[in-house]
Amino acid sequence: MHHTAMSPSVPLQEMIRAIRSARTQCEERGVIQRECAAIRAQFRQSDNGGRSHNLAKLLYVHMLGYPAHFGQMECVRMIASPRYSEKRVGYLGAMMLLDEKQDASLLITNSIKNDLSHSNQYVQSLALCTLACMGSAEMCRDLAPEIDRLLRASNSYIKKKAALCAVHIVRKVHDLGELFTPAARSLLAEKNHGVLHGAVVLITELCERNQETLERFRKTVPDLVQIMKGLVISGYSPEHDVAGISDPFLQVRILRLLRILGRNNEGASDAMNDLLAQVATNTDSTKTVGNAVLYETVLTVLHIKSESGLRVLAVNILGRFLLNNDRNIRYIAMISLQKIVGTDHNAVQRHRGTIVDCLKDQDASVKRRALDLSLALVSASNVRSMMKELLLFLSSCPPELRAQAASGIFNAAERYAPSQRWHIDTILHVLTTAGGDVRDETVPNLIQLITNASELHCYTVHKLYRALLTDISQQSLVQVACWCIGEYGDLLLRGECQETEPVQVTEDDVLDALETVLQSHMSSPATRGFALTATMKLRTPLSLTANTDRIQSIVSIYGSCIDVELQQRAVEYNALFRKYDHMRAAVLERMPVIEKNSPGHTNGESTGEPIKDIQTLKVKQGEPLLPQQPANQVLTLTQMHVV
Amino acid sequence: MMRFLLLFSRQGKLRLQKWFTPISEREKKKIIRDMTSMVLARQPRSCNFLHWKDLKIIYKRYASLYFCLAIENQENELLALEVIHRYVELLDKYFGNVCELDIIFNFEKAYFILDEFLMGGEIQETSKQMVNRSIEASDMLQETMEEYMSKPAF
Repeated sequence: MHHTAMSPSVPLQEMIRAIRSARTQCEERGVIQRECAAIRAQFRQSDNGGRSHNLAKLLYVHMLGYPAHFGQMECVRMIASPRYSEKRVGYLGAMMLLDEKQDASLLITNSIKNDLSHSNQYVQSLALCTLACMGSAEMCRDLAPEIDRLLRASNSYIKKKAALCAVHIVRKVHDLGELFTPAARSLLAEKNHGVLHGAVVLITELCERNQETLERFRKTVPDLVQIMKGLVISGYSPEHDVAGISDPFLQVRILRLLRILGRNNEGASDAMNDLLAQVATNTDSTKTVGNAVLYETVLTVLHIKSESGLRVLAVNILGRFLLNNDRNIRYIAMISLQKIVGTDHNAVQRHRGTIVDCLKDQDASVKRRALDLSLALVSASNVRSMMKELLLFLSSCPPELRAQAASGIFNAAERYAPSQRWHIDTILHVLTTAGGDVRDETVPNLIQLITNASELHCYTVHKLYRALLTDISQQSLVQVACWCIGEYGDLLLRGECQETEPVQVTEDDVLDALETVLQSHMSSPATRGFALTATMKLRTPLSLTANTDRIQSIVSIYGSCIDVELQQRAVEYNALFRKYDHMRAAVLERMPVIEKNSPGHTNGESTGEPIKDIQTLKVKQGEPLLPQQPANQVLTLTQMHVV
Repeated sequence: MMRFLLLFSRQGKLRLQKWFTPISEREKKKIIRDMTSMVLARQPRSCNFLHWKDLKIIYKRYASLYFCLAIENQENELLALEVIHRYVELLDKYFGNVCELDIIFNFEKAYFILDEFLMGGEIQETSKQMVNRSIEASDMLQETMEEYMSKPAF
């Protein structure tokens, strides 16, 4: 049915057409300047028939982003007009152009006060609406008694608006909550849904601001339960029905108020238990509106002192939400489950399968939430299967989630690793898949882990060597691989290994691999440092003179490298070859197990012990103590081992 | 409570703005820019909820118009979608198969309807019929009761 009661404002529509037909921004500005000039001129004239049209034009111009403050006083004038059409546009203008910060807003206080007692409810309505929209604290204080009067004695149309006005007043001037409390209480007896809704919003506001008030309103729980029951069980009510749910807006507000009243209170929570169970079970969940009510019910159940059976019911609803076709509902479920994974861990665990499936969801937001939740659900009993899913996710996840996924996997692996070998395998898997997205501490952490797993040194170095042959682009992986090869090169060359198939690795193969890393443009300077040190460390296990020469030649090339760090290392290593060959074996011997001390143990600190160990060793073996300068050099070289 | 409601076209042109808290003109302009760029950048089949500062942004597209509603954190997102939908239904009933042009050329009516449905950032009337009746009655008043208005008000 096309609405014909209200004839459109021709002057307004003509202006809109003129503005829209402007082909450029410049042309539009021209039209608007002309129109504004005309409007200004009209404002200055005395009362003519077209005042409301003029102000409406100005409001349109304002919406396009052009300045309109010269219309503020016109709003004030129009509001004071006896004509409804002018009041209507005047109040609209006030709401759009004035706010409590403008001086002009005070000028309308008197008009509002008068209009609140107007004999026509539509005029009263304009005043109420404007007060609730932009009433300043001062205006609120001034008009509060009038609003309270309207709350008690007027028709439903006015009462519902007065209720929301009271809400606004309480938000602006908290102490005035006391004034409205009695009226709010009696409004719960109203039948009109608009008034009831306003009453519930007002009571909620009062309870949220004042603990005493909240305790007084707890007595209303049975009344609220009755009202809800009426809505849930009642027959079809065409006026309030939305897809089979009777007034979902009111239902949700009541549920929220019940949540506030039931929190931390056994008595109140008991009184609403049955109702919540009823709503949770009977509400139709095929449409969004039903799910909106269910969602609010779940939130209430989880925040009051509900029975465990009811809690499980609530979590199950969330579990069902996860399977819903509507991605909004899946997203809501994820958010809610995330909030309760700490307090209701076991209940959430029951839905782990569904949650893990959501890692494959099309929607990026759902994926992100599924990741957070999955990581929170890893435990000692499910770590193997969860890790499989998470590693699978990592290989295909969106780039913005990779860093988070990688670090989450590392943390979970560290907490729940069933074995050291599993732990090392998992970390290697992450480095192979997402090595570019891991944090810097990963490398020293992994090295520390490896040194601690002494039975797995052979297995680890073989695995890393093979990984290195496949791909040298992932810097973290390459760095750890180089370190291991340098450290456990003898195990690599020995060939046989308990945990993997035996494979022949010659000295040339190993040196080839390290040289490839050194020469690759993909290798960062830090990575080259690792490779260079590893090459140097291999001097000890390598027996053939040919390879010793090869090592020395690799090292000397970097003596003139443009990177200062590499150059320094190369020069010092060369020194080890020439002048300090007798020290070389001791300096480059196997690292002791690194203690995991405080987080972020840096380069220098953890070498305190090893250096002492080496020096003590020398003393014990009867070798002369070294002169001061070489001791300093030893310090530097050993520091470089633990990068 | 709801903080603001914006309607804008696919080209980012603003068609309606309702603010439920006092905000400076400058801040309003910034928010409008942020909302339009955020919402227009969304993929077609994403979920309708966004996070922005400490608020939840609920948006939905109806034909050529985007409805963008900002709510506080304790509010129910799914119900917010219903609020948007209800407003669209009210516009549709009033204009008859409402389209963007109706809202452009009759923007003040769109505000009048909104002001019978929402108030102070909360829902004012939950019955569609009640809102429609109130708007019709107000329009009638504007048309025919001009003389009544000029009588003194007591």
